[in-house]
Amino acid sequence: MQDTIEVKNLTKKFGTTIAVDHISFSVHEGEIFGFLGPNGAGKTTTTRMLTGVIPPDAGFALVLGHDICRSPVLAKQGFGVVPETSNAYADLTAWQNLMLMGDLYGLPRVRAAQRASDLLATMGLLERKDQKVQGFSKGMKQRLILAMALLHEPGLLFLDEPTGGLDVQSTQMILSMLRELNRAGTTIFLTTHNMEEANRLCHRVGIIRSGKMVAIDAPERLKAAIDRVHRVEVSFDHEVPGDALAGLAGVISVNRTGDKWQITAEDKDAAIRSLVTFGIQNGVAIVTLNTLAPSLDEAFLRLTQGED
Amino acid sequence: MNPAGYSEQMRRAWAITRKDIRIYYLKGPVLIFGVFMPVFLFLAFLMGSRQLPLAFLISGLVGMTLFFTATAVSPAIFPWEGQAKTLERLASCPITIEAVVLGDMMASTIFGIIITLVTVAIGLGLGLPLLHGIILFPVILLAACCFSAIGMLLAVPPTNVPSNIMMLSSLLKFPLVFISGIFVPLEQMPSWGLVLAFCSPLTYFTDLVRYSFTGAHYFPVLADIAALAIFTMAFTAGTMYLHKRTMPRRM
Repeated sequence: MQDTIEVKNLTKKFGTTIAVDHISFSVHEGEIFGFLGPNGAGKTTTTRMLTGVIPPDAGFALVLGHDICRSPVLAKQGFGVVPETSNAYADLTAWQNLMLMGDLYGLPRVRAAQRASDLLATMGLLERKDQKVQGFSKGMKQRLILAMALLHEPGLLFLDEPTGGLDVQSTQMILSMLRELNRAGTTIFLTTHNMEEANRLCHRVGIIRSGKMVAIDAPERLKAAIDRVHRVEVSFDHEVPGDALAGLAGVISVNRTGDKWQITAEDKDAAIRSLVTFGIQNGVAIVTLNTLAPSLDEAFLRLTQGED
Repeated sequence: MNPAGYSEQMRRAWAITRKDIRIYYLKGPVLIFGVFMPVFLFLAFLMGSRQLPLAFLISGLVGMTLFFTATAVSPAIFPWEGQAKTLERLASCPITIEAVVLGDMMASTIFGIIITLVTVAIGLGLGLPLLHGIILFPVILLAACCFSAIGMLLAVPPTNVPSNIMMLSSLLKFPLVFISGIFVPLEQMPSWGLVLAFCSPLTYFTDLVRYSFTGAHYFPVLADIAALAIFTMAFTAGTMYLHKRTMPRRM
């Protein structure tokens, strides 16, 4: 798999503060990469370096095969950016903002107009296209910003908190659009605080803390990795003795909670197989069986609350 | 298409120009300020120094108008855009800082030329003969480029507070008007005043405008044009170099 973004030892200092400290990671072509971290961890600084807004003090970043410092125009031509704060021109109409983007990305006028019409229709803004952006709601502005970022059909999209403070409709529209774009081959670099969003959307997530990368993996593997023991919740259609469950292969301990048994196991797979075999051998049916993996929130907190 | 090539970057600079004109220049207050400010200054001096001929004052009015209009808005564009975060959008687009600066310069050049042509028309309307129109119009273009570069130079300090820049701008612009032979003829200036006047590009432009209307001039015409051209190139190169250095500090 090719890397769309390759970052090596990227560093940024503001005075004596090291905002981003020699981070290295890569984003594969066609994936949705979630970039997570607490406030002030260095997420936005990293995104700004990757999008060529500020230069790094050390290290390098290859974006779409171009060094963002040495060939910024060639790199920027291939990606779109949706920043955290809406930054469309408030004194221009939605249409004029899109045409400006078309000109800045070198799109032929006819092509830009066609794309602008299509995107405004998709975003539900076509009827408001001749209104100045200053009269738009936050959700409308954010949809327009996304349309502006997509006008030139980029192969890579940077998004910084794209759904922050939006209503449910706008959030769902943006998330489903991101999924569609990714299905069509667009690589997405998503900075977010929303763990549920990252969990549902991202193929891999990177977690940054105090300017350093502390973890990069698929959300499920990241969740599994933070706990050495796993929890399984099971209930049967008949009473079963706890001692019998505790003696099963792979099971460390059992606890009764209401009509369910909560089982801790070193090997989740072995414990589930043992439970199924136990049910068959003892003539009891399994009513519910859930694996209680830690959430991405828990993984995030565990990884970001350590000593600096 | 090579997005980093000169022709493509010129096209994108022109997009910046059109955006600037639409957002910052085609505003009633800006247009009114552009016309009225020099006219009021001119009227003040007309009433205060009745011994100066009208042709002398009109030439000064043309010089002042171009200087004030070409430097009126451009110093504040970067601070405004920095405040509104639209500068960050431009910084993430495939356009060089030089092209953004050039686009801003072109907008103020066009604005300056249009307003200045109004004052030239006022001069002609008051019955002044245009003796060297073939010199005047190209020189207005050259001086507009020069003054636009000065406007962008004033925007170099990386602040996103427009009032700071406008204060700095006024501190530099007003003294420049008084040392450039607009209200006091160069012939009547003391030697220290002349030394200061030599350092001002407005001096050479005003001298050329005066030559166009009256035929009189202090410096040789070619020397005026050469001085303006040198100032234009130096200021343009300087503003592009300095903005490239300070731009990241605005973000």
